[in-house]
Parts: sequence; structure tokens; C-alpha cells
Amino acid sequence: MSDNEMDTQGAGVRRTVWRSVAALVGMFAFAFALVPLYDVFCRVTGINGKVDTNAQALVHDNMDESRMVTVQFITRNGSGLPWRLDVETRQVRIHPGQTSEVNFTFNNQSGAESWGRAVPSVSPSTATRHVRKASCFCFEEQRLEAGERLELPLVFQLDRDLPPEINTVTLVYTLYPVDGKQAPLQAAAKTIEGDEA
Amino acid sequence: MAPKVPPQPTLEQSSTAAEAGHGHAHEAPPKGLMRWLLTTNHKEIGSLYLIFSLVMFFIGGIFALVVRLELFQPGLQFVNPEFFNQMTTMHGLIMVFAAVMPAFTGLANWMIPLQIGAPDMALPRLNNFSFWLLPVAFGLLLSTLFMPGGGPNFGWTFYAPLSTTYAPPSTTFFILALHIAGISSILGAINIVATILNMRAPGMRMMDMPLFVWTWLITGFLLIAVMPVLAGVVTMMLMDINFGTSFFNAAGGGDPVLFQHLFWFFGHPEVYIMILPAFGIVSAIIPAFARKRLFGYASMVYATAAIALLSFMVWGHHMFAVGMPLVGQLFFMYATMLIAVPTGVKVFNWIATLFQGSISFEPPMLFALAFVVLFTIGGFSGLMLAIAPADFQYHDTYFVVAHFHYVLVPGAIFAIMAGVYFWLPKWTGHYPHERLSQWHFWLSVIGVNLTFFPMHFSGLAGMPRRIPDYALQFADFNMVSSLGAFLFGFSQLLFVAVVILCVRGGKKAPAAAWGDYADDLEWSVPSPAPLHTFETPPNYQRPAH
Repeated sequence: MSDNEMDTQGAGVRRTVWRSVAALVGMFAFAFALVPLYDVFCRVTGINGKVDTNAQALVHDNMDESRMVTVQFITRNGSGLPWRLDVETRQVRIHPGQTSEVNFTFNNQSGAESWGRAVPSVSPSTATRHVRKASCFCFEEQRLEAGERLELPLVFQLDRDLPPEINTVTLVYTLYPVDGKQAPLQAAAKTIEGDEA
Repeated sequence: MAPKVPPQPTLEQSSTAAEAGHGHAHEAPPKGLMRWLLTTNHKEIGSLYLIFSLVMFFIGGIFALVVRLELFQPGLQFVNPEFFNQMTTMHGLIMVFAAVMPAFTGLANWMIPLQIGAPDMALPRLNNFSFWLLPVAFGLLLSTLFMPGGGPNFGWTFYAPLSTTYAPPSTTFFILALHIAGISSILGAINIVATILNMRAPGMRMMDMPLFVWTWLITGFLLIAVMPVLAGVVTMMLMDINFGTSFFNAAGGGDPVLFQHLFWFFGHPEVYIMILPAFGIVSAIIPAFARKRLFGYASMVYATAAIALLSFMVWGHHMFAVGMPLVGQLFFMYATMLIAVPTGVKVFNWIATLFQGSISFEPPMLFALAFVVLFTIGGFSGLMLAIAPADFQYHDTYFVVAHFHYVLVPGAIFAIMAGVYFWLPKWTGHYPHERLSQWHFWLSVIGVNLTFFPMHFSGLAGMPRRIPDYALQFADFNMVSSLGAFLFGFSQLLFVAVVILCVRGGKKAPAAAWGDYADDLEWSVPSPAPLHTFETPPNYQRPAH
């Protein structure tokens, strides 16, 4: 093989290698780009039960009185947080478009203050986009003193265009600890019992 | 491609020139260990890959036998559940990343330059580096078994949060090992792709390449596309574990389901990475022993490319039970079933090649035929798993275990063994010992089916994966599986014996060791292949058939 051909071959190899490296870097970046894309996709389509954590305006003019939907509340403790989360009622029956308020009680059962957050999820996921929350403790992180009890409201509506096959909507709130929390981001709330343990 | 050189050298000239060149033009190669540490020769590196893969095959096999020993009877007899979980995990990781993948890379190193008439790989020193990363990666991975808290115990799919929040402390080492192994396969893939695209003999067009080269080219593209995604996933795990991020942690706004999407976006193409080169090997062996041209060469190429493209669109079929909208389930179900079409094209082409052939049953052909039959069984159980509503019954049961072992053991591994038997005469200059090879084949085939066929039934009846104990009604199936596993495992010692005997001696093989229909370029160089071949490009002549 002549030198000239060796050069053409070398150039070809170099071209292939650089293109492969570009593809590699691109795919590595793509993997990380999938994280926000996934989040956006889930929010837009409402699949995965991911709820918008911004307050939405309530709509007052149209209540669908021909229909009743059961809304169930489930509270769970995720991991490692010595709190209890209770809800005043396990389920309510409401009309689509009707505004409803339900109180949740946070209780720090440990002897030290800590930060936590209730992460929401909606089931069935097709109902996610039709849950309209005007006020929710799940929008913010909470700080509780040792032994503190805190009652916080959830104000919500179901859209009138909730798909007709959905008769039950379940709202799940899972408590998670927030580590190394400094800045106060606490929701406006009334303390119903003494601060001391 | 380089233009044709007017005075084409004959093959005899090129090989004598190669031997002469080895004697004079190069300085003497280092001796002993340094020769292997520093080698840049594609044949030596190919051998290193294959030996490494064989060693890892036995280590992963021992882990599998620990699992089967514990499952021989219901109840806990030999190991505790924590160690059992480490064994299932390490078995999977070692077999996938350290046995099957390096074996194919080793075959590629040995055979691709020979099959396309290139003197070596495009990047020989990078080739050396890619190989020597592997012992580092898997030394590190195996060392986690001796660390406090034990090795990885979350299954080879390492789903978060099992592999993040609830993982043993050694997980950071696991991540590093996977990174290094990933870099090794990426570098190997770049090298192979660069070799195939740029170093073919003058006159060899893409559509003249042997199918092993074609399937490896497509596998190389798959590796370049998805190994970085794996690297990304384990990097996110690393950050979740050590740097307080929350990619897969719902508490911090992340999502564990995202892990599964990312993992299977890598993981599904990965399973084709482990099977496409096998298709190439079988497509070389069946025509050689049926004494016919391969039926439908072009359709084989297009089918391989179609499988590779579809593999990026079907990852969700691993996640039917996770919770997915109906539209998603339907999409992934139909897309998955579509893969049966190009795969069916391949199987029918092999059968059409066999049809009216003058078939003989030498060891490579036995393994290739077993591949076609048993891989197809694995393909069919894959179709059953693709049916979304039925998958809820099969999900995470031994039915899944039966399925992927059918496509990986009598699929990928039988194809690797077929390839080794097929090319051993080229590597060593001797035919493998006929009687011993036959024993190895029949014991393997019986062992594999005894092990994995009953798993279909225990799985359909609901026996869960990755559990050290089981309900009494599964006892008989499990006992048969365990007996088969030990039969299969120990009969692989025969394979080692065959290879060692073949290196040491045996019936001498001519250059074209398997007759007129094994006529790719590798059969034009002497057996055993000299260390340096095709230093002058061969005169490639398109087969006249």
C-alpha cells in the first residue's frame, strides 16, 4: 500500500473516531437531558401522577351537579422522618367543579425540630391534570419543632371535564425528610397546640 | 476506500511478505508477561479477550451454581438470603459484561481484520488499552464481595432506590467498575467501527462483507449509542449516593421510575448487542456445513439493521407492570412484536440455507443448529412476554428467567462456542477433538434444556425471581433445574479440555479448513494464521456463485 493510501486510510479512521466521540458525548448529554425532559413530559401529559406544585385559580361558576366523584386521601411516611401525617377524613364525595377543603395534621413525634415535605401523587394518573389545587401544604417544605402539631388545609377542585369513566380519585401524600434545610419556607399555618414537647 | 492498486499481489506473496516483515522490520517483541501487557496485535488481543471471557464465564457460572444449589430444595440450606442476592446479582453482571460482551469483542478482534483483509485493527494501541481495562473493572467488581456489607445485591438491573438508598456501601465501587467496563466496550466499539469502515481490502464493498462483520458494525453503533446512557445512569446513582442529588429520589423531586426508563433505554439495545454478533457467526457456519450459499444475504443485513433500530423503541416492555398509560402499553407491545418480523426473516433464511443442503454435523454446525432451534424458543417466549396484559402474570417470575436464559445461553453462548469451534483450526492449525467436542455439545444441550425448560412452568405457576426460598409446589421443577445446571456447568470443563488439546495438537487443518463454502478471506491465510497477515492488502474477488 502506498503512502498516499495510508494517509487516506488514516484520515478515514480519524474521521470515524471523531464522529464516534461526538456521538458518545451527545448520548451522554442526552441521558442527562432526559431527566428534565421526562419531568416535563410527565407534567404535560399528567402520567406518572405528578401534580403541578403551583397554586391554581379556582373556577366558581360551573359545578356539575349531575355527577358525584369520590376523592380518597392516603397519607404515608416515606422514610426516616419521625412524623405522622393524618387527615381529618379518609374520603369525601364531591361534584366536579365543587370546591372542597380538607385539613391535614402534621405531628413531629421526635424530640428535635426537623424539616419535611409531603410529596403528592394522584391516581389514576389520567385524573392528574383535572385536580386543581388552590392551596396545599405540598407546595412547600414544613418545619416542625420537637413534638409540634400543625394543621394545614388542602383546598381543591376537580375539573368539570374529568373523564366520565373516573369515579374515584385518590390523592396520596408521602412524607419525606428534607436534609440540611436552612431558609424558612414554611407555609402559612395556624399552630393548634403548644410548641413544647 | 482506497483505490485499487494496479499490480495486485497474490495471497501467497502477501503471507510470505508478512512473515519476512515480522522477522526483519520489527524489533523483537518483549518476552513473557510484558509481551501480553504491551501487545498491539489484534490476534493476541483477541486471544486475551477470549481467555478473559472464559475465566469470567466460569466465575459467573460458579455464582449461578451457588444459586441453583440453594434452590435445589425449598427452605434455606446453604447460604443466607443476603448472600443469595449477591450471587444472583453478580452472576448477571459478570455474565453480561464480563463473559458475553468480551467474548464477542475477542472474536471481533481476531476475525474482523482477517475477514476484511486488514493487517490489524485501526487503532492497535487503543485496542490494548480497551482490553486491559477489563481485568481492572471486574477485579474491582469482584472485590466488593469481600467488603463490609457485601457486594451488589440489587439484581443486575440495579433499580433505584434498591441501588441507591438501600444499597450496600460497596455500591460506589460497583459504579466505578461499570464505568471502566463501559469505557472498555465503547473504545472497543469505536475501534471495530473504524476498522470496518476504513480498512477493508481494495474492492470489498460494504455489501461484500461477511455477515459477522456486518452484525458487528451494527453492534458497534449500538454500543456507541447506549453505553454513554449507562454511564449517565450510573453517574446519576453516584451523585444520588454521594453528593446529595435526587435524580431517583422522590423526596427531593426525583423519580425512581425515571431510573427504569433510562436503564432500559440502555438495556434493551444491550440485549441486541449480545445477540447480533451471534447472528453473524451462525450465518457463517450454516452455509459452510450445508454446502450452500447463505440464502438472502441482503435481507440478513437489512434485518439486522431493522432489529437495531427497533431496539431503541421498545424499552417500555420491561416496565409494563410499573404503571404506564394504556397508549404506552399498546405502543411498546406492538413495537416489540414488530421485532419478530426481522428476526423471523433471519430464522427463515437460515432454514432456507439448510433446505436441500448437503449437511454434515461437525461441532460448529451442531452448536449453530442448536442455536437456531433454542434461540427461536427464546424468541417465542419473548413474544409471549411482549403481550402487555399477559405480562402482568409473567412479570418478575421464572418465566422471564427462562426466556432470557434461552436467548443468552443456547443463544449468545452457543453461538460463541460455535464460533470458537469454527475458527479454532484457523487459530491453532488443528481441528478440535471430534469425540470430546461431541460430548461437550450433547451434555451442554441436555444440561441447558434441563435447567431452563422447567423454569417456564414454575414461572407460569408464579414462582418469583431472585428469591432464595419458594413454595413447595415448585420443588420438583427446581430440583430438575438444579440438576441440569450442574450438568451444564461441569460439562463446560470439557470445552476447556477441547481448547487446550486443540492448542497442543490434533489433526492438522489446511488453510481452508471447512471446505469450499467457508470461503471468506480468513480461510485464505495459512492455518494457524501467522501473527501478521494481510500486510499487503489481498486481492478481493467477489464469490462467483
